[in-house]
Amino acid sequence: MGEIMEIKDLIIDDRQRGVFRVHRSSLTSDELFQREREFIFSRCWIYLGHESEVESPGDYRRRTVAGRPLFFTRGRDGEVRVFLNSCPHRGALICRRDEGNAEVLQCFYHAWSFNMDGDLIGVPDQEAYGPHFDRGELGLREPPRVESYRGFYFVSFNPHVEDLVSYLADAREYLDLIVDQTEAGMRVVRGSNKYTMKANWKLLVENSLDGYHLVPTHQTYLDYISGLGSDDSGQTASARIVGKARALGNGHCVIESPVRSGRPIAHWHPLFGEEAREPIAQVRQELVEKYGEERAFRMADTSRNLIIYPNLVINDIMANTVRYFEPLAPDNMEVTAWHLAPRDESDAMLATRLDSFLTFLGPGGFATPDDVEALESCQIGFRATETEWSDISRGMLRPAKSTDELQMRGFWRQWHANMQGFTHTNVQDGPAVEVEAEAELALASDN
Amino acid sequence: MTTASQPTLREQVEDFLFKEAALLDDWRLDDWVDLFTEDGRYVVPTTDLPDGDPRRDLVFIDDDITRLRARAVRLNSRHAHREYPWSRTRRFISNVRVEETGDGELAVSSNVLVYRFRAGEGAPYVGSVDYILRRDGGAFRIAHRRAVLDLEALSWHGAVSIIF
Ligand code: FES
Ligand SMILES: [Fe+2]
Repeated sequence: MGEIMEIKDLIIDDRQRGVFRVHRSSLTSDELFQREREFIFSRCWIYLGHESEVESPGDYRRRTVAGRPLFFTRGRDGEVRVFLNSCPHRGALICRRDEGNAEVLQCFYHAWSFNMDGDLIGVPDQEAYGPHFDRGELGLREPPRVESYRGFYFVSFNPHVEDLVSYLADAREYLDLIVDQTEAGMRVVRGSNKYTMKANWKLLVENSLDGYHLVPTHQTYLDYISGLGSDDSGQTASARIVGKARALGNGHCVIESPVRSGRPIAHWHPLFGEEAREPIAQVRQELVEKYGEERAFRMADTSRNLIIYPNLVINDIMANTVRYFEPLAPDNMEVTAWHLAPRDESDAMLATRLDSFLTFLGPGGFATPDDVEALESCQIGFRATETEWSDISRGMLRPAKSTDELQMRGFWRQWHANMQGFTHTNVQDGPAVEVEAEAELALASDN
Repeated sequence: MTTASQPTLREQVEDFLFKEAALLDDWRLDDWVDLFTEDGRYVVPTTDLPDGDPRRDLVFIDDDITRLRARAVRLNSRHAHREYPWSRTRRFISNVRVEETGDGELAVSSNVLVYRFRAGEGAPYVGSVDYILRRDGGAFRIAHRRAVLDLEALSWHGAVSIIF
């Protein structure tokens, strides 16, 4: 691709007239893709995995995060550690299975071996290196920063990144709403959805919290759900609430909406079967006792789609999903989705929860394949380069509803700031605050 | 004793599987669903957990007859966007093994290769499909159909949007 536009011109953000447009080269250009790797994926916090994926000492999981091969493991001291998956000798992958348990990992190439703390503990024929050879210098490298929030682990390749809790900004509360559903904690269910979309990763950000597309795109799902009957238990208050969209700061965003079908925690729907009615009512009652009616209502009777900037989606809808996407090229990404469930759930409720997931979600569900089609369709449409701009203005001049696009603007404003080298910006619509926030823009410290 | 006029059990099962494949390649999904018993089930585990149990693990598909019918309705509509217009598919079934399990049921396993072509691209789904078949007069009905993909991820198709 030839000359690219100036980065500052890639977005039109006219807060007075309520016009927001993104230049489509942001979704197709190789140069901008490379710049994202450096200015976003090498500087932000990026999701790694969940604590429950390495339950016992020696458990490990292999991942690719921001392009880097990594693995994480639980040490004998119970701590989670993350290592770059590359032999300090001459590069080979140390961890060559997606998951497992080990006390020692040996590089197959020249047989150096490492314990699960990353220490180099064995070098065949070590004398050949002479007396100054220092094993201590040649242990496995760790990413510069690793932090977790309530079981969710993130890494950053930027040593100067702000701490994770302040990075998460107002998104924290939404993680709390999920984790607080159970005292026993959440765990990742076995089995994951791994699929590829030939589309730019930012389209999946938009799509993951796009309330506007639900009715037109997912008609077959909505027909199926309404064909099963509706909830007559009196919990339908949620159907009356108007969903809303929020930009949460730092590019994180959320839509909060009424329940369309059911929620394992804790909103019954005929889909779940009569026998689940009582247990779900009981879970809801426990939430009321613990958190009061207002928060319990929110946890049980409303749904949320959350983006943790830049590339993590956490859905708290008919199931709890964690969806991570790894950009592969401007028009390609690999998606991995996991299912979260309370650790202490009964077998029957777990089965109900799993079933609920499958109606809508996953590459074999009644909705996700159509999202794949929508995104790939957009990406092909971008080849019509004379249509230069995408419009993301919906709801810009009113308090944003969940069918509006404020949440996408919040994401794009953060993206735009990052791509220009700023770490923070005003992600909200309001024209008044804009001037003030511009003044606060700070250059990323270095790196 | 085998004669030309009396097909072996395996040949009978193969005939059944070939007919099923033709129904699917012809997108005659309502007829395909009619092959199932009322308590029938169609399961596709995830690529990373081929022995996944739908009651405890995340799978791609776990349809009872109600959801299976709804799946056919969806795919027959114009609103299953990944399959509208329908893809072209061609199925190859081989290595069929049949075991009588008593009580009139058969445990069948088969190797399956399905090529799917759409929107200028084509790629295979490869794996095994295991059945529990029940005799119904002279015919068979599907009580359980478990399709296990050999793919490491859904890297080519992005979904299981057809019946595998
Ligand atoms: S590359 Fe690992 S031991 Fe040589
Ligand atoms: Fe969607």
